[in-house]
Amino acid sequence: MSDDHLHDDELTRPLEGAQAASTAEGGTSPAVGRDEWVARHGERAVSRAGALGVLEQRLRTVPWFAWLALLVAAVALLPVGFESGYVRRVAFDTVVYMLLALGLNIVVGWGGLFDLGYIAFYGIGAYAYAMLSSSQFDVHLPSIVSIPLIVVLGAVVGLLVGLPSRRLSGDYLAIVTLFFFQLFIVLSTNGDDVFGKNITGGSNGIGGVEAAVDPLSFFGWELPQINSDGSFNVAYLYVAIAVFAIVFVALRFVNLSRTGRAWRSLREDPLAAEMMGMPVNWLKLMAFSFGAAVAALTGTIFASLNAGVFPQTFQFPLLITAYAMVILGGAGSMAGVAFGAIIVNVLLEVLREPGDARYIFYVAVVAGLFAIFRLSVKLAVVLGGTLVLGFAVHVVVGAISGRAVEGATNGGGWLADAAGAWVVIPTSLGAWAPISYVALVVVVLWITTLHGWWRIAVLVPTLYLAAFVWENVMLAKPEPTRYILLGAILVTLMVARPEGLLGEKRVEIV
Amino acid sequence: MDEFIQQTINGLTLGSVYALIALGYSLVYGVLKLLNFAHGDVYMVGAFIGFGMIEWLGFRGDAGAWEPIVSTWFVLAIVLLVAMAGTAGLGVAIERFAYRPLRNAPRIAPLISALGVSFFIAYSMQLMFGAQQRDYNAFGIDNGKLFLEGFNIGNVRVPLLRVIIIASAFVLMIVLWLLVTRTRTGKAMRATSFDREAAAMMGIDIDRVIVFTFVLGSALAGAAGVMFALRAPASVTMGFIAGLKGFTAAVIGGIGSIPGAMGGGLILGLAEAYTQGYVSSKWSDLFVFVILIGFMLFRPQGLFGKADINKV
Repeated sequence: MSDDHLHDDELTRPLEGAQAASTAEGGTSPAVGRDEWVARHGERAVSRAGALGVLEQRLRTVPWFAWLALLVAAVALLPVGFESGYVRRVAFDTVVYMLLALGLNIVVGWGGLFDLGYIAFYGIGAYAYAMLSSSQFDVHLPSIVSIPLIVVLGAVVGLLVGLPSRRLSGDYLAIVTLFFFQLFIVLSTNGDDVFGKNITGGSNGIGGVEAAVDPLSFFGWELPQINSDGSFNVAYLYVAIAVFAIVFVALRFVNLSRTGRAWRSLREDPLAAEMMGMPVNWLKLMAFSFGAAVAALTGTIFASLNAGVFPQTFQFPLLITAYAMVILGGAGSMAGVAFGAIIVNVLLEVLREPGDARYIFYVAVVAGLFAIFRLSVKLAVVLGGTLVLGFAVHVVVGAISGRAVEGATNGGGWLADAAGAWVVIPTSLGAWAPISYVALVVVVLWITTLHGWWRIAVLVPTLYLAAFVWENVMLAKPEPTRYILLGAILVTLMVARPEGLLGEKRVEIV
Repeated sequence: MDEFIQQTINGLTLGSVYALIALGYSLVYGVLKLLNFAHGDVYMVGAFIGFGMIEWLGFRGDAGAWEPIVSTWFVLAIVLLVAMAGTAGLGVAIERFAYRPLRNAPRIAPLISALGVSFFIAYSMQLMFGAQQRDYNAFGIDNGKLFLEGFNIGNVRVPLLRVIIIASAFVLMIVLWLLVTRTRTGKAMRATSFDREAAAMMGIDIDRVIVFTFVLGSALAGAAGVMFALRAPASVTMGFIAGLKGFTAAVIGGIGSIPGAMGGGLILGLAEAYTQGYVSSKWSDLFVFVILIGFMLFRPQGLFGKADINKV
């Protein structure tokens, strides 16, 4: 999906008010909240030669709703191709994450507000659904009633949390929202004993046999969470993608409205926006409120499928995951953040299984090298050098100590066998695990300061060291590895490509 | 009364740890106007370096028992110094690779980067050392005498260790105070935090000042990590909440102010200890957060700080 079309018609769209905009072809109509030089970087970039350039040109002309329809169709047809409940369930989770990313994009991408309490709204939506439609308090509202109620509740709580944002900016806002998140965590974890009353179920959450959460129900028509054979009910996938499509279209209209433009000008320069007479405080509150409402809605879908809510879900790692999705896809671009959500969730899912995670690593390394060196002598030198070095090291180390190469690889498959013959895999690593990991981090940081052939000379052993650490240390522990990668993605993107994959480049004008 | 004395001592110990963390936050915020989310994780790394050093130094002699070849006090001093040096290095690396490239980026960029660094460090430690808790006490340092011996105030036993923690925290703070107020580099730091561009025009090497700030702040966090771990088990997740509390302390005192960070840390430590002692330990975190949000809303400049005027 590309958001470029969206920007095109924004550029040529006549502005309300006194400004008469020229809609002429390539005209220089003024647009609010963006730098003209930056805004038109696309026009200069299209001169890319070759088939890729033509393809890019063609893709630009595909309208946004075609992309959305394509996505919806792909998700809707997914159950036809995949019988496995696991794949369907992952697809459902991905759509939930896409919704989550859309909501966070309103606050961070459009409003430019650093909201670290976002997951709390998601949690509030989920908990509210679990309280309004479960045996916890014996309230069983039908979804058609409870979901709108919860969306409004989310918006109101968002408004309340956003209130401090009237006085606070930047870092202070981040910390107040982060504390709100902590407040939510403390309350949800300890809420089983509020003056002797059980409200949130504490660390056991709400759910299970005695407080099962109702499935979604519309006009007396219930969607059971699991099929009779205990597998994932694919109807939830359809509900999720339908909700995604509706939210996407609605937010697109919001983005193109006066409010959407005002948000972007707020993001670019709050002071200038205020000088222009924009109701800055109100805009911030609205951004918070919209984001919170989307998060709460997402929470209801999540809670209804899982038939329960547990405080362990709504923790800090989920916040980082949501940020990684938005930043990776490109903050500010709806298509981008949805794309980012797909990538991040699929990546995290694949990393669970060492056999699959291995493919991700080697493909990513080779693809990364291609992106850096293109097809050149240097690429051949690096790839060939690394391969030769690997076999040489394997032979030498094996000759010195047999045990050093006799360890078993994590997971199976032909690539595991190949890696076992190439990478040194000792039977036990002991203190070498932290040493090699720290060495890898240090060398990778060091490489970023090198240039030319020096960089290549260091790169070859580094790649081998990376493979060593990956095979021996990281594959064995998927849980920290997943989150290490998310953290690294955030830092790397911020330093190297802050606009993400599909975002729009921004230039700070001083 | 005994309860009160006991909780006061707890509060002071906790508070001096918070104060050390808060100082790091305050210094970095003063110079860079950046909320260094990774600071809490630097503190956690300090605790782990300390753990490794105690293990390494203590088991030099006989295999089974913790018997360093030098006196326990000397070991503790070395542990503290090594942890401070290690975290100082970590702080410099974080600044060099995660913050310096973003110095002229939009305000939100270094914050997101800081979040990523924090996550990266915490889970890297988990990858290397596992999620289990590390207890310095498990070594039987000095046959546990360090944790028991001391003197009495009324009926309350005050372990010597507590006194040492509080005293060394105060020594570090005084050293920092002298560094910032009495040396040329300290003067450069104050000038930079007052107005970075003007300081640069006056010939101050901003990069050097910022690196120095990270060295100081991170070393203090490392010391705090060791001190905390001397009385409670350390784990890879301890950095996040400690970072939040250190920041709270800095805000209570007035961010950017050194005496403010010390006072804020002690106030926060005492408040937390009294809540744990008299109300409920379950809700003590809640209490801390409510204090912070109250300060944020009604007195964002803190107790000792000056109101910030937004310059255009």
